[in-house]
Amino acid sequence: MIKKLLCALALMITCTGANASGGGYTLDKAPDRVNDLASLQNGAKLFVNYCLNCHSAASMRYSKLKDIGLTDQQIKESLLFTGEKVGDLMVGSLSAKDGKAWFGVPPPDLSVIVRAKAQSASVTGSDYLYTYLRTFYRDTTKPTGWNNLAFPNAGMPHVLWERQGPRSMTEITIHQHEAAGEKGGHGHAAWERVTTSYDEAGYSTSKTEPINGYTGNPSTVYQFKAADAARSAAYDNDMADLTAFMTWMSEPIQQTRKQIGVWVMLFLGLFFVVAWRLNASFWKHVK
Amino acid sequence: MAGDKTVETTGLVGWIDRRFPLTSTLKAHITEYYAPKNFNFWYFFGSLATLVLVLQIVTGIFLVMHYKPDALLAFQSVEYIMREVPGGWFIRYMHSTGASMFFIVVYLHMTRALIYGSYRKPRELVWIFGVGIFLCLMGEAFFGYLLPWGQMSFWGAQVIVNLFSAIPFIGPELSIWIRGDYVVSDATLNRFFAFHVIAIPLVLLGLVAAHLVALHEVGSNNPDGVDIKAKKDKYGRPLDGIPFHPYYTVHDILGVAGFLMIFMAIIFFAPEMGGYFLEFNNFIPANPMVTPLHIAPVWYFTPFYSMLRATTDDFTWVLSAAAVLAAIVMFLRHKGLVKLIVPVVLLAVAVLLRLIDAKFWGVVAMGGAVVLLFFLPWLDYSPVKSIRYRPGWHKVLYGIFFVNFIVLGYLGTQAPTAVFNLISQIGTLIYLGFFFLMPVWSRLGTFKTVPDRVTFHAH
Repeated sequence: MIKKLLCALALMITCTGANASGGGYTLDKAPDRVNDLASLQNGAKLFVNYCLNCHSAASMRYSKLKDIGLTDQQIKESLLFTGEKVGDLMVGSLSAKDGKAWFGVPPPDLSVIVRAKAQSASVTGSDYLYTYLRTFYRDTTKPTGWNNLAFPNAGMPHVLWERQGPRSMTEITIHQHEAAGEKGGHGHAAWERVTTSYDEAGYSTSKTEPINGYTGNPSTVYQFKAADAARSAAYDNDMADLTAFMTWMSEPIQQTRKQIGVWVMLFLGLFFVVAWRLNASFWKHVK
Repeated sequence: MAGDKTVETTGLVGWIDRRFPLTSTLKAHITEYYAPKNFNFWYFFGSLATLVLVLQIVTGIFLVMHYKPDALLAFQSVEYIMREVPGGWFIRYMHSTGASMFFIVVYLHMTRALIYGSYRKPRELVWIFGVGIFLCLMGEAFFGYLLPWGQMSFWGAQVIVNLFSAIPFIGPELSIWIRGDYVVSDATLNRFFAFHVIAIPLVLLGLVAAHLVALHEVGSNNPDGVDIKAKKDKYGRPLDGIPFHPYYTVHDILGVAGFLMIFMAIIFFAPEMGGYFLEFNNFIPANPMVTPLHIAPVWYFTPFYSMLRATTDDFTWVLSAAAVLAAIVMFLRHKGLVKLIVPVVLLAVAVLLRLIDAKFWGVVAMGGAVVLLFFLPWLDYSPVKSIRYRPGWHKVLYGIFFVNFIVLGYLGTQAPTAVFNLISQIGTLIYLGFFFLMPVWSRLGTFKTVPDRVTFHAH
């Protein structure tokens, strides 16, 4: 019993990715950096350099980046590459037709993608994006040579892979053997562990081994192993910045909105007290 | 001659009063409109509904200044309002949050009417105009929801308009006629815009005026269901009445303050309300080629949507059996022409329930659930109006009804499963049974004596 617990514990500690049982990959929590101007600026740089072009952010103007502390001069010098003006919208140059031909679907506009990808009040679109950008793995069976855990069979290749460096991925699934219970006689359903590894070049190997006396639930864990751990960690940090930028971009007013909201609530609180006493002073005469 | 009319007022007001019933209207509706003095929490929601209506109209006007009712531009124009129109985000969030808050306020307002019997004689027309307003509101919300032209806008409209195709014979043609195209398209967007911005608001405002005029004609009900006009002082003023102004104006201002705290907290801190007020999928532009996995209407429609989904082919057997049972009971209990006609009609319905596609009956159940409300004044036979003087088990029944409505609402937001479907079928039966059996249950039990005067504790 104690051994099993230790095993489970060891499994939990070793697993670097989040685990999920049955279906969807459990999303990692994106660090909240939407107030951090340095992060947002780094995110903007990554966004313009890597995302924009195949993707658009057609609701965004470059000039809006002044809200995250950049100057017109900085925007012009560092973020405008093909003769756009500071007041222009962030429109990519890939046509929807080409996008469809090359990737199966036209790359979506990213202006409000963070808001679109939210799953509930607690699992936000930022979480999705942060996880998506960090769970690419090589898979030779896919047309682009890349696959993704948060979005299986994604049309997008891992355009940022150089920043992350080569990685291998191992998927360990524990499930009940399909042929469990022979000849209608139920007995113990046989459990097995399937270990599928994708190496750094995307070639997969799979190994199935029976496990005896397993009493837990079916589970799947994913483990990434980076060739260069420091590079991979720096990449995670960059992706947190990129996610923060895209979160900000999905509603540039969000911080101001909350700040104004505090004053509005204070005013309404005061108004409520006045209204309450006014009402009481009129009604005290009513018998 | 206008100048010949004698009026009490002088000066400018006098000049106006000789030509227009200004003072008398103000008196009749505000300063000398006597409302019962025992209004409680539930009576805030009428004035709050008016407030939200005004907010929706005003914010709507500003949105129309920048919104583009064009399938190619609509989605982008909403983001343009959110980002580039000064204060546009606030106007838009007020409008989107206002839509949901309108339904919250109206549902609570209707709950008040249900529990205190505000629909009973002589307030039947107040109630009917009110249900009319509710219908308009549903129309307004449905048409308006298409305008942002997101995925949920598009597919929600597609699903609802497709419902009309379930009507026998004319259905398919009818749904094309409504859409103006074979699928929801630019043509649909333009006509929905016209309905949302002009047609329905005009009807809505007319109904609101009629609702208020009818209310002020017969006077407000109150939590005791006592007729305050039965006891008057020597000046002919109800003993339990109090002038609307200033007493209820200051009272309603208090309600407005409380309401605005909730309303503004949502706008400033949680405008999406966890995906219930602004659905996540609606931040993806409408795409006729990609059907979302799970299409659900906005939360305020989900109780009715649940009833639609509950009406499967199997379920029509249950409804059919209920109709046969009702036919037998009506035949045994009534005399004369009713004995003959009603059972025949019910039997015909029972047969048609099995002959026509269940999808059609789903639509009937959904629509009927709302239309049924119009008949409420003639379904309730209880000797008292207010729930306060009803038997204890009536209170339980109302409790079940309200909980059931919320459960149906929840189920409507979820993807269907076998268990959920069974629960929503039971829920549909509870909802329909509550109203259809009301003529029977509402008169049963021991009622408490209604007092002569309202229950009022001085503040």
